[in-house]
Amino acid sequence: MDLQGRHLVEPLDLSVDEIEWLIDAAGRIVAKPEDYAEACKGKLLATLFYEPSTRTRFSFEAAMLRLGGQVIGFSEPSSSSVSKGESIADTIRTVACYADIAVMRHPKEGSALVASRCADIPVINGGDGGHHHPTQTLTDLMTIKLEKGGFNNITVGMCGDLKFGRTVHSLIRALTRYSGVRFVLISPDELRVPEYVREEVERSGAEFEETRDLREALPELDVLYMTRVQRERFFNEEDYIRLKDSYILDAEKLRSAKQSLMVLHPLPRVNEISADVDADPRAFYFRQAKNGMYIRMALIMALLGSKGV
Amino acid sequence: MEINSIANGIVIDHIRAGFGLKVLEYLKIDKGLGSVAIIMNAVSEKHGRKDLIKLENVENVDVDVLGLIDHNATVIYIKNDGIVKKAKLSLPEKVTNVILCKNPRCVTSVEAVPHVFHLADASGKYRCEYCDNMVKSQ
Ligand SMILES: [Zn+2]
Repeated sequence: MDLQGRHLVEPLDLSVDEIEWLIDAAGRIVAKPEDYAEACKGKLLATLFYEPSTRTRFSFEAAMLRLGGQVIGFSEPSSSSVSKGESIADTIRTVACYADIAVMRHPKEGSALVASRCADIPVINGGDGGHHHPTQTLTDLMTIKLEKGGFNNITVGMCGDLKFGRTVHSLIRALTRYSGVRFVLISPDELRVPEYVREEVERSGAEFEETRDLREALPELDVLYMTRVQRERFFNEEDYIRLKDSYILDAEKLRSAKQSLMVLHPLPRVNEISADVDADPRAFYFRQAKNGMYIRMALIMALLGSKGV
Repeated sequence: MEINSIANGIVIDHIRAGFGLKVLEYLKIDKGLGSVAIIMNAVSEKHGRKDLIKLENVENVDVDVLGLIDHNATVIYIKNDGIVKKAKLSLPEKVTNVILCKNPRCVTSVEAVPHVFHLADASGKYRCEYCDNMVKSQ
């Protein structure tokens, strides 16, 4: 599989075969991490985080360091030239002079596409506003595949903030390529998926329904993807307080779910999954976080054209 | 109401009534070239009322932009008092700097990049190349 020099801006930048290959490669790394300890020796990853994201940044940095590579970057715009008004284009062109590969998190939607067009090194989208987050999707897909064996004929519930939830948009886009996937989109009316996402699902021919009721949707799901309902998305405090508790998963609600259900969450969670679910074998979110580092290792190696992955 | 025919230029016919001024504004015609006539609310045999624009000594207009505003209009090219070509319009696949993205979270709000929209479906919905925000063109 040759991914050398490519960008990852949105999930469809990778073919179905390429995604399967990356998941398998990540599995090989999990099995024998010591074989990859020098795979990216002498290579430099730039982490350009225009908004704070400890989790995604740590995952990328840990991935690069475990491959024997090194990391430079910034983790808040105030400490960077961005605060002096430098454009994304100029920033990435400059970074490309020093680094071999870059990951960017930016509050504006489409920022990663702009960066990828200006850079002659691979650019990975680490989240662009409420738009896409393709490496989280690789993590989600890897977790589902390891448990379910594949993606065909599964019913996937997406719950919480589906409007601004970039991880939701990316996972839906990636899953529309498999056959027999059914989507159950669970959210308050104010936070339903954007029009373009609904249109993508319709065009793919996948079955989907939109509902406000998590409890009612739960029994039919094979995968439940929980996301955070954030206070700042609401116009008033009353709406937020009224709605947030309807989208909390707890042990009591989980009783009606299938034994084979997988509960996923991109993390960090606040209170949308209560702690009494953590010990349930259906809770996959911490395993999911671990997979995230390995799939990022596989991705970095592939985009750099490193041997042996 | 009569306006003399033009010997050389372009006539944009069958513009939806009320859209003539908008068409003129979007076409960014160089007003130095020749006379420009706009007839509004003319009676059309087929369509009831229509707007019509005559552009003297103009050889080309941006048919993509025109298709976007009113894809039912017709462009008639005139040379030496004769019609040389009639073109029906269609919705363009891609437009640059015609539709501006209004999503405040879109990268176009902070970065100096062209606003690019792609046709998303036959009804004339367009999708921002950067943020996927969808807008109706007409
Ligand atoms: Zn946009």
